[in-house]
Amino acid sequence: MAMNSPVAESSSETRAAKDGVERIRVRQQTVEVVSDSGEGAQKCGQIFGAVSAKMGNGVWTVEIIPAEIQPPPRIPAGASGNRIRIGAKEVTNWGDRTNVCVAFNEQVLLARHRLDALEDDAILLVESMWKDHRDEDIRTEWAAAMEELGARNYRILEVPMEEQCLTVVDSARKGKNMFALGLLCRIFDRDLDLTREQIGHAFRKKSEEVYEKNVKLLELGYAWAEEHLGLRIDVPRELAAENTVVMNGNQAIAFGAVAAGMELAAMYPITPATSVSHQLGEIFHKFGGIVHQAEDEIAAAGVSIGASYSGKVAFTITSGPGLALKTEFIGLAVMTEIPLVVVDVQRGGPSTGLPTKVEQSDLLAAIYGQPGDAPHVVIAPATIEECFHAMITARRIAETFRTVVIVLTDANLATGVQPFARPEIDPAWQGARPDMGPVPEGLKPYDWDPRTGLSRRFIPGQPGGMHTLTGLAHDEESHVAYASDINQRASAMRSRKLAVLHSTLRPPIVNGPDTGDLLVVGWGSTRGAIEEAVERAREEGLSVSSLHLRFLSPLEPGLKEIFRRFRKVMTIEINYSDDPDQPYITEENRRHGQLAWLLRASTLVDVDCWTRVLGEPLRPGVIHDAIRAHMPKEGAA
Amino acid sequence: MSSHSCSLLFPVEEEHEYSMGDYEGALARWCPGCGDHSVLTAMQKLLAKEQLKPEETVFVSGIGCSSRFPHYINSYGFHGIHGRALPVATGIKLHRPDLHVFVVMGDGDCTSIGAAHWLHATRYNVDMVALMLDNNIYGLTKMQTSPTTPQGYRSNTQPLGSFLPSLNPIEATLGVTNASFVAQTAEWMPAHLAATIDAAYRHRGFAFVRILQRCPAYTGDIFQDAVRNPEMIEMLEHPDGIEVPDLHAIYKNVVRHDPRNMEEARRLAENPDRIRVGVFFRDESRPRYEETRHLPLHTTDEKLRILNEELDKYAV
Repeated sequence: MAMNSPVAESSSETRAAKDGVERIRVRQQTVEVVSDSGEGAQKCGQIFGAVSAKMGNGVWTVEIIPAEIQPPPRIPAGASGNRIRIGAKEVTNWGDRTNVCVAFNEQVLLARHRLDALEDDAILLVESMWKDHRDEDIRTEWAAAMEELGARNYRILEVPMEEQCLTVVDSARKGKNMFALGLLCRIFDRDLDLTREQIGHAFRKKSEEVYEKNVKLLELGYAWAEEHLGLRIDVPRELAAENTVVMNGNQAIAFGAVAAGMELAAMYPITPATSVSHQLGEIFHKFGGIVHQAEDEIAAAGVSIGASYSGKVAFTITSGPGLALKTEFIGLAVMTEIPLVVVDVQRGGPSTGLPTKVEQSDLLAAIYGQPGDAPHVVIAPATIEECFHAMITARRIAETFRTVVIVLTDANLATGVQPFARPEIDPAWQGARPDMGPVPEGLKPYDWDPRTGLSRRFIPGQPGGMHTLTGLAHDEESHVAYASDINQRASAMRSRKLAVLHSTLRPPIVNGPDTGDLLVVGWGSTRGAIEEAVERAREEGLSVSSLHLRFLSPLEPGLKEIFRRFRKVMTIEINYSDDPDQPYITEENRRHGQLAWLLRASTLVDVDCWTRVLGEPLRPGVIHDAIRAHMPKEGAA
Repeated sequence: MSSHSCSLLFPVEEEHEYSMGDYEGALARWCPGCGDHSVLTAMQKLLAKEQLKPEETVFVSGIGCSSRFPHYINSYGFHGIHGRALPVATGIKLHRPDLHVFVVMGDGDCTSIGAAHWLHATRYNVDMVALMLDNNIYGLTKMQTSPTTPQGYRSNTQPLGSFLPSLNPIEATLGVTNASFVAQTAEWMPAHLAATIDAAYRHRGFAFVRILQRCPAYTGDIFQDAVRNPEMIEMLEHPDGIEVPDLHAIYKNVVRHDPRNMEEARRLAENPDRIRVGVFFRDESRPRYEETRHLPLHTTDEKLRILNEELDKYAV
């Protein structure tokens, strides 16, 4: 998997040239486009991100999703849009605060301000029509908002979007987004031909007339900014742009499943996992694949298990609450050694929790959630690119080890959009068709190799392989076990497979020096932000390295040895842990982050943790602060 | 369920005539006198009659006495979890329409913990036989009330008698959109049982059969009157359903019922005056999910070509 080098450089250089145009030169910049739901800010942001990627910038895009489906207009809770971080080099995370924000009204801007999403000196381009609106209430709201925003050093630029758009279209509600795109294209010097091409792609299902109107609005915004905004922001473009693809983590999961040769997915709609099925729904049938929308989460697990049992490995897609419902079936698949891939796109929990927001709180449930001893594999891709490859790895492990593989991603990966190296498809990823030949005489349905626990599975249709698999404790013949020693042996065989898998893994590679004061350990989508923060900390002289784990069950080998080389080890995670300075919290009762819990148990190292559940990806700046606060004290062991 | 799927995978096969004995699995461990034994015998008879290859036949069950069924048949078997036989069977048939799939459930499995799947499997109308072995009680866990337990009947969970009117599974299944085969039979009428299972197998679509049966341990008395008094039974007969003329000497109440007539089927199902056996409803023209969803398999080369085409759309 490609190594990402984070964009740490944040210094900027500002010059006012003779022509009166202010030119800002920066290594990275975060841009937001926010509007009421339905005004198309997301499309504007997506096109801006795609064009930037094509031009050789690193890009990371996240959606800003309103809390309601159809929120009323002009309320902060309705803010909808896109956040695009672009950089000179590869961008691995959503960054810190926003530098440039285009807002279609002052209320959605206020929402971003209140969430502390905007940099103190952010440039805010806001639709000016509300300022002198004929409705007095609106004028009052505008004035109040401007006063609230005035608490910061924002640079607020009023833009007559509506007025301008009405010169081209009858209703500006469907058009401001392309005008805004024009503004951004001028400020960031985007290639207009490329932008037109992307508009064509975005509206490919619409008429030529729609395309032309949108292009006209783009050009209008561009010209307006040329004339009225003496501002250029130059983010150097240092990436070779050829041979990359741009998609979000859920799309990468869907493509990965296809590349892995899987033929059946069963699911029940659940945020934020559902868009995997949307993507599969668009493409899977072209490969002969079936996406089955089951009557519930349990049935989705059952259908995928039935399909896996009778042929190639199938998979099911869910999020936390759905994983809970699938628990009994996962236990059955472990017990009967039916290979199965379960994708859990984690969201905030417990219960309905934060359905659209990121969290990494399903780790222990994924590993230990099944009653009884149910050893199985849990892996977590760290990037959008790894979401693609994780499916291929998962299918292969499930098949080789006759086991369940849970792939843990999260809402950050699911909705983040990033360009990555286009995978060079390897036909071997598809896996062989199941052997349908007669079962050799004497072979048993669970002919466990006593050393490895591995055995060959029989598939219906294979002559001589008839047996009844059962969720009851069973012996090699799949006969119900009535003797206690059989259960002990069978449990050992199922468990042994994890040890065998563990023996095939390589120790993880430390990011930075492999010895030092502090080692930060992470898993899943936080990798880019952690590495960027670690790089900043190292630049200021701190002795910090980081380690990122993909295998959580079994854990990657060599951890104890790596941990020994650091004075302190801590995890950074997006799940809840008690902060040690809180009332009643003692060393004995402190509840740790979920990876910290695992690492403490498996290495007996006193692993510390810093975790937050803010419903958003961790910002590198915030992680940087946490690193500073957790550096081991002088003299401490 | 469709018959005659011939496998072309193995060019020359020795002609082998399967006898009932070829379908015998482990020795059945049900109580003596349990209705499950009759169903097992009827099923083995069907398998031999149709000469189904054991390796191309899958029995899927849930949890309960009746769910031990697959262990006692020599075929592929899937003894899964409580209430969830139907999703597993659906997955098998979606992925492998070439297999003969039979589902065996109890009344707790089907009408209680797995009720959602029962409703939706009926609507999917996947080609399989679904037998619901209904002894009106939870037997394996020792006598708890099930949805089909008669009102007032005492159990360990409701010792004062079942509080609610019992659920009518035939009425319920007939109420589901896209139901294509709904039948009822009784374990103490072996000839009728065999004829019903036979018709269910021959039906292309989801064939739901409720089999009334006695649990000698807990509900031996529930159907005792009906067993002794054929007057309580009414046989629904039709050339498009089933006809068992051999039984006419014993069961005098024979009604001609056209199984295409849904309105009449519902009227008969909800009328409590007699126990009705036979095919209530049958319509093979209803869409079958696994056929609707079936797509030809592609070669690896084709798949890789399409995958690259699809990735092109995301290329920068």
